[in-house]
Amino acid sequence: MSFSLVAPTVINGLTMGAIYALVALGLTLVYGVLHIINFAHGSLLMLALYAVYFLHSQVGIDPYLAIPIVGPAFFVIGYVLQRGVIGRASHGREQTVLLVTLGLALIIDNLALYFWSADTRTLDLAYAFETIDLGVALVPVPRAIAFAAALLVAGLLWLVLDRTDLGKAIRAVAKERQGARLVGINVDHIHALCFGIGTATVAVAAAILLPAFYVTPQVGYTFVLVAFTTVVLGGMGSFAGALVGGLLLGVVEALGGLWFGESLGEIAIFGLFILVLLFRPTGLFGTKAA
Amino acid sequence: MVPTSPSAVVSNRVMTPHRLLAVLLVVTLLAVPFVVQSSFWLTFWTMTLLAAVLGQSWNILGGYGGQSSFGHAAFFGTGAYAAAILQVRFGVDARLAAIAAIGFGAIAGAAIGMLSFRYGLRGSYFALVTMAFAEVFRIIAVAWPLTGGGAGLNVPLHAGAATLQFVDRRGYYWAALALVAISIGLAAWLERSRFGAWLVALRENEAAAQALGINIFRVKLGAITLSAALAASAGVFYTQYFLYLDPGIAYGPGYSIEALLGPIIGGTGTVLGPLIGAISLHLLGRLATAATGGAPGLDLAFYGVLLIGILAFLPRGLTGLGAGVNWPSAWRRSRG
Amino acid sequence: MVEHCRMGPGRMGRVGRRAIVAGGAAVLALGAMPLRGLAQVKTVKLGILHPMTGALSYSGSQGRAGALLAIEEINAAGGIKSMGGAKLDAVLGDAQSKPDVGAAEVDKLADAGVAAVIGGFASGIVLATTQAAARVNLPYIVDVGVADGIVTRGLSNTFRFGPGQSKITTTAIDNLMKLNDGAGKPARTVMIVHEDGAFGAGLAKTMADELPKRGFEILEIIPHPTPNRDFTNIALKIKAANPDLLIPANYYNEYVLLARTLLQQKVQVKAIYSVLGGAASNVKFVTEFNEAAQYIMDCNHWYDPRKPASIAFAKALADRKVDLTYETMLNYSAVKLVADALEHAGTDDRAKLMVALAASTFDGHIMPYGPTKFVDGQNQGAQPVNTQIRGKVIEVIFPKEFASAEPVFPMPPRG
Repeated sequence: MSFSLVAPTVINGLTMGAIYALVALGLTLVYGVLHIINFAHGSLLMLALYAVYFLHSQVGIDPYLAIPIVGPAFFVIGYVLQRGVIGRASHGREQTVLLVTLGLALIIDNLALYFWSADTRTLDLAYAFETIDLGVALVPVPRAIAFAAALLVAGLLWLVLDRTDLGKAIRAVAKERQGARLVGINVDHIHALCFGIGTATVAVAAAILLPAFYVTPQVGYTFVLVAFTTVVLGGMGSFAGALVGGLLLGVVEALGGLWFGESLGEIAIFGLFILVLLFRPTGLFGTKAA
Repeated sequence: MVPTSPSAVVSNRVMTPHRLLAVLLVVTLLAVPFVVQSSFWLTFWTMTLLAAVLGQSWNILGGYGGQSSFGHAAFFGTGAYAAAILQVRFGVDARLAAIAAIGFGAIAGAAIGMLSFRYGLRGSYFALVTMAFAEVFRIIAVAWPLTGGGAGLNVPLHAGAATLQFVDRRGYYWAALALVAISIGLAAWLERSRFGAWLVALRENEAAAQALGINIFRVKLGAITLSAALAASAGVFYTQYFLYLDPGIAYGPGYSIEALLGPIIGGTGTVLGPLIGAISLHLLGRLATAATGGAPGLDLAFYGVLLIGILAFLPRGLTGLGAGVNWPSAWRRSRG
Repeated sequence: MVEHCRMGPGRMGRVGRRAIVAGGAAVLALGAMPLRGLAQVKTVKLGILHPMTGALSYSGSQGRAGALLAIEEINAAGGIKSMGGAKLDAVLGDAQSKPDVGAAEVDKLADAGVAAVIGGFASGIVLATTQAAARVNLPYIVDVGVADGIVTRGLSNTFRFGPGQSKITTTAIDNLMKLNDGAGKPARTVMIVHEDGAFGAGLAKTMADELPKRGFEILEIIPHPTPNRDFTNIALKIKAANPDLLIPANYYNEYVLLARTLLQQKVQVKAIYSVLGGAASNVKFVTEFNEAAQYIMDCNHWYDPRKPASIAFAKALADRKVDLTYETMLNYSAVKLVADALEHAGTDDRAKLMVALAASTFDGHIMPYGPTKFVDGQNQGAQPVNTQIRGKVIEVIFPKEFASAEPVFPMPPRG
């Protein structure tokens, strides 16, 4: 518990939190517009991680360069999933949607296990071990890139939503579905579009995460609960919230681990989660209560 | 989904499809221990019954009350751990431990209910907070020496009445069947009692129920406490049957998901739904295993497909089969 | 997400090649089939049970591969000769990394008419599966599961071919002392990083009790969950405390992540000495993360590298593109142990097989154990060995009679 450990721990927490933010951005968009909690989010992350892995191991494409490939590919996957499966099977009922996404998670996770086996896959990249010396802490290069990327992606998403016509349509649907329909906006299309964007975002997160981590069929689960916490903490539907929430969560987790030990430090996350749900369910930046 | 049982409108002397099904179920379940010889299948049916009890506990809160909990393992696990800890650490007689464990489960339910409902959590938020609580319990169980930490607890194998361990596996089956009977009795009571009526009322329209003078908070609290106690009894059964417990089993997502799947597939807010759902799911699970030849993962993937299929085409669950199936034309027409 | 949590319904595994049709009456009818007698059969069924899905699936699939290789070899060599050349038939089971599922699988294997069950892997699973097997008097050979409790419950059906936790820890500490003394005692302070489950916590506790008695000072014991996303905090703590020795006890993924993070954060210690290290005795780790793996020492299950049978085994695995890990070695040996017992018993009757196993003096194995001798189910000759990763190879450094290289201790600065 020495003070000289606090600074590097906080910095480590920030870079880890950036990864949480990246994973959570897609989730918060989907909740903000479709009002569904996507249990398949972690599975989609895992799928994207495998995609990035195979692009590297089979085709030799660097993960960061794979972003322009997996991003659009997963956008399509997300669009089709929402339009073709989730939207149809759930008949619009909230409880059913949760379960349909749960079913999807089951399918994706287990097909991954069947096709790719339980082996851990990692990328051994030359720059993965390089670190940036900040004096008070050593930041591995992939983590630093993740931090920058989180800011960039959050910014981009916000720009799209705030400055483009598409963004306006999305915001309209999020605020008032029936009204949007009445003015001629194709709500189903917008829903699917948002789900697609959300999935694309998670694919970007995967490309950025893999150099610093590994992939197995279970890896999605490791991140999904934290992603939920980030979204709730930051406010469902808010990008700034997901960003700040993720960073905050990363720091809380790191400091919790430092002071209480890793195992108990996990409680810090959930304790925070519960507290936010109880006392401020709209989160830090949220606008709409459930 | 209005849970009017057909018997409410049909004369008691007529054998409706629902009644026929109920009779068939009773006969089958009673016959199992006499007909089934293989210990594997006996365990299969015992576990199915356990799932039915757990499902019914969820049903009380989620089906009749409309509050979907995604963390029912919190109650299941508390019952399981309490029974194990009392026996292993404090040498308490198993029968006393069982009763106390159910009490602990009820307390957990009341505590979580008080926090959640006091702050007005419902819908997805309530689902998420129950999930979070289950995870917190799991982490505590991992870190606390009393629960044996990550290593878990082993209850010594010692058959006898005082240890609530049956020599013959069939004993467990009868015990599980008794629990199922109790749980069904509870649901039936809910359907006929005033408390049950209040519960359903607040599920249908909370504001209107409140306007009618129903104490929303108290009713919800009562429902979650009852639900937790029943879930805890399932936990106690688990401990007595397997004699081994660890945080992942007790508080992991496995039993939380098992708790809600049965009722949803079978039909929430109905007396027989959880039982039918549990039986269907377990049988379908075996079918999936057989169909995929045991390749790792394929059977669960198949299972996920079945789940989505049932959700898509049978929104009322299996008990709604009489009410009509959503055929593919409805699939195309429905709006997300 | 849900892969990790494996729902209740759908117990898995193959029952021979039968397809089981579900449906109320059909199910009951099938369930009513009585257990078959096992006296005169041309095949001997062996239950091969491992966690094939869930968190431990890698170890499980490794174990199964080792077991199946042994069965293949035995059958190719003519099967069980004292039973007229009866071939071994593997009946596979998946414990899904959950003890209760494992126990149910044992029931299923018992119904399928297996003569014995081999496997389990994790201590938590094995505790439950051996108990389930005991209920039906089915011989059970534990492949890895090191918890002491496995052989101290007085179950006459349980046999553990490999060493248990206290033996491993005692040997590990003894060897550590020899290593330290031999190098002039450069190490005195220790930090232990362990996974918080049955395996890691148990090991850490024994270490914490024993090490101070031998003159080592434990600076800190750090538990972490499995899985764990990030080891930077732990790496920082290690750096700050600056111990001479780091002792990790966890599973493959976490071990790798820890090793990588130590390199990234430029943490230098005099030695990384793991006990049952998840990756330290795994060829995959050595090939994929060679830099981070250098000089890491492990006290683990490993085969005797000098025996020709071991070399042949390694080659057979390489041909099948299976990683060379301890799970394969132990399962391979366990199956051969059972085959040997079957030869002596001349029958696959469970009770007689149990007697044959208890009296076994099997010596034709690839492990550094000497002739087998079971006392209360524990093979007395079983012991771990010390390995060290050097270059691209895992060398054995202790005991001297099995060693293939000299230890390098303390290790030179890395990274």
